[in-house]
Amino acid sequence: MSSLISLDHVSRTFRQGNRIVKAVDNVSLDINEGEIVCLVGESGCGKTTTGKMIAGLLRPTGGEVLFEGQDIWAMGRDFKRYRQAVQIIHQDPYASLNPVHQVSRILSAPLFRHGLVANQEAAQARLRELLGIVDMTPPEDFLDKYPHQLSGGQRQRVSVARALTVHPRFIVADEAVSMVDVSIRVSLLNMLTRLKDELGVTFLFITHDLALAKYFAWQGRIAVMYLGRLIEVSLTPRLVTDPLHPYSKALLSAVPEADPQITRTKQRVQLRSLDVPSLLNLPSGCNFHPRCPLFEEGLCDKVVPELVDMGAGRYVACHVITK
Amino acid sequence: MSDVIARSAATKQSLFPPENLKPAPKAADTTLTVQNLSVDYLGRRGLVRAVRDVSFDLAHGETLSLIGESGSGKTTLGLTLIRLLPRAARIREGGRIIYRRDGDEFDVLALKPEELRHFRWKECAMVFQSALNALNPVLRIAEQFEDTARAHGTSRTQETRQRALELLRLVKLDPERVLRSYPHELSGGMRQRVLFAMSLLLDPQLIILDEPTTALDILTQRAIIDILRQLRQEMKFSLLFISHDLSLAAELADRVATMYAGAIVEIGNVYETFYHPQHPYTMGLIKAVPTVTGDMQALASISGSPPDLVNLPPGCKFHPRCPYATDRCREEEPTLVAVAPGHLAACWYSEVSSSTFQVAS
Repeated sequence: MSSLISLDHVSRTFRQGNRIVKAVDNVSLDINEGEIVCLVGESGCGKTTTGKMIAGLLRPTGGEVLFEGQDIWAMGRDFKRYRQAVQIIHQDPYASLNPVHQVSRILSAPLFRHGLVANQEAAQARLRELLGIVDMTPPEDFLDKYPHQLSGGQRQRVSVARALTVHPRFIVADEAVSMVDVSIRVSLLNMLTRLKDELGVTFLFITHDLALAKYFAWQGRIAVMYLGRLIEVSLTPRLVTDPLHPYSKALLSAVPEADPQITRTKQRVQLRSLDVPSLLNLPSGCNFHPRCPLFEEGLCDKVVPELVDMGAGRYVACHVITK
Repeated sequence: MSDVIARSAATKQSLFPPENLKPAPKAADTTLTVQNLSVDYLGRRGLVRAVRDVSFDLAHGETLSLIGESGSGKTTLGLTLIRLLPRAARIREGGRIIYRRDGDEFDVLALKPEELRHFRWKECAMVFQSALNALNPVLRIAEQFEDTARAHGTSRTQETRQRALELLRLVKLDPERVLRSYPHELSGGMRQRVLFAMSLLLDPQLIILDEPTTALDILTQRAIIDILRQLRQEMKFSLLFISHDLSLAAELADRVATMYAGAIVEIGNVYETFYHPQHPYTMGLIKAVPTVTGDMQALASISGSPPDLVNLPPGCKFHPRCPYATDRCREEEPTLVAVAPGHLAACWYSEVSSSTFQVAS
């Protein structure tokens, strides 16, 4: 399997007046064709910024985003091809669709814009096909609807259909089901999984919901971020049952479960501090050291840990664990 | 068929006799008894039936979780309990919200403005979901505590300050630092904790939380859940929390009530509801939520979408999405009946559906 998209020591800083926020710090990750990778972490960890850099919406301030080995920001005219190959689905189904366009227009616009259809007839046929792929059948029921006439789940499906108009090879789904009713989320995720199986689309699924990450990326990998850095990457079943990094352990143990017996008897990892550091004032050395139960003075607060290959596809950035 | 519907609409009261609605707690130990509460909104398209004939009890020191998704009516119900509904809302005749404390009891809906003021915050505090916006941005936290205390008749600043320090410590915040801060200087999780602390200021007997941990990170959420548990143990208030999050209910609730299309469709003890659900909607919800612990499960969504509250379908409101629906379901709306001691469900076929339910664990 070749690497479809590669993050090579990618960083992104933002300026707030005189202050510098390092939203993403030296992240390297290879995503292979046909794979599902979940990027998980809490708010402020840099996962959305990373997703946007992969989608070409933000330019890294350090490092390179590679598509089939090529730096996307050095592609020149081919960048347009890249933007078609990589699509993004946003979190808010109420904000990502133009409220004054009907579904037929929302979906046919990219078809015409990119010269993917020759005439209206071909466009209409393709629209029906797309709506079928996202399980919005019969298509006639939806073509002339406005976004406000659709439910949250239906709007997300239209967003996915829109992303599919340009035959993408890679889809970044940024919290794509978070604002959708719980009872509908699974069918959306199953639909996305079918896109992978039937159309060969590669996915980066960004979420703070570990249970969803486990479900969606069960055959794939999970990458955990904390305050801008990648701290663990592993095959999903492994990460969920045997996390290595103290932060991953804390996260997994902290998640409340929809099962009273399990959740009330679960062992929780105790952290040294409840305070989350601000991105404007990051701790020295390992970002997690002020809260980490394995903290070793003189080491963890001095040196930034690198991602180390632990074998069996597991990578972890922790001095103490990798000793 | 329309005759059946017309008839049942005309005799609505007699279709839902109070005898059917008797959850576990006995009257003397009950803090709150809600009876036949119905709330409509006057919308542009017509009457939105947000809450339909809801009845339940909340015992002293008990935690009841109201679970529902968008359009279930849970937030409207919460707002009705402390009468904070918008002007377009109408509470129907015949509904009662009985509040009991130390042998005294009264109907919250019958309170006069001054009495209502006393009730709010002193007897019953409510923390909303956009808690992040509930704090006054131009006042320091210390002033907000004073403001709240003064608004409810207490003007002893020193005493308020001491109590505020104590409460902030209880929610694991650095009390001096937080009291000095403005809301924008605190993170979302910290603001939520400040609001919990403030809700306890006047020692209420009943606390209502609406989506208490939505938009909070996993670790912050964990801290809040543990704090709630501890506070409840120490201060023994009754807690009603409203959420779409089943895992919260699994963590904290003594009893769980699921709401659909404005009505309670199931209510029972938390273990019973999760392991032996009796209503297809509850079953659908449980089967739709993955757990991190344990093996990979087979999950399933509930097909279809929530109903249009202006044009509710006849019969059982869940029937268009229910795999067990029959003609009877399409014509007659089921009432909440006891399926086991302390466990009620509104379904004609709960015996059939519950016997096929399997918990993937």
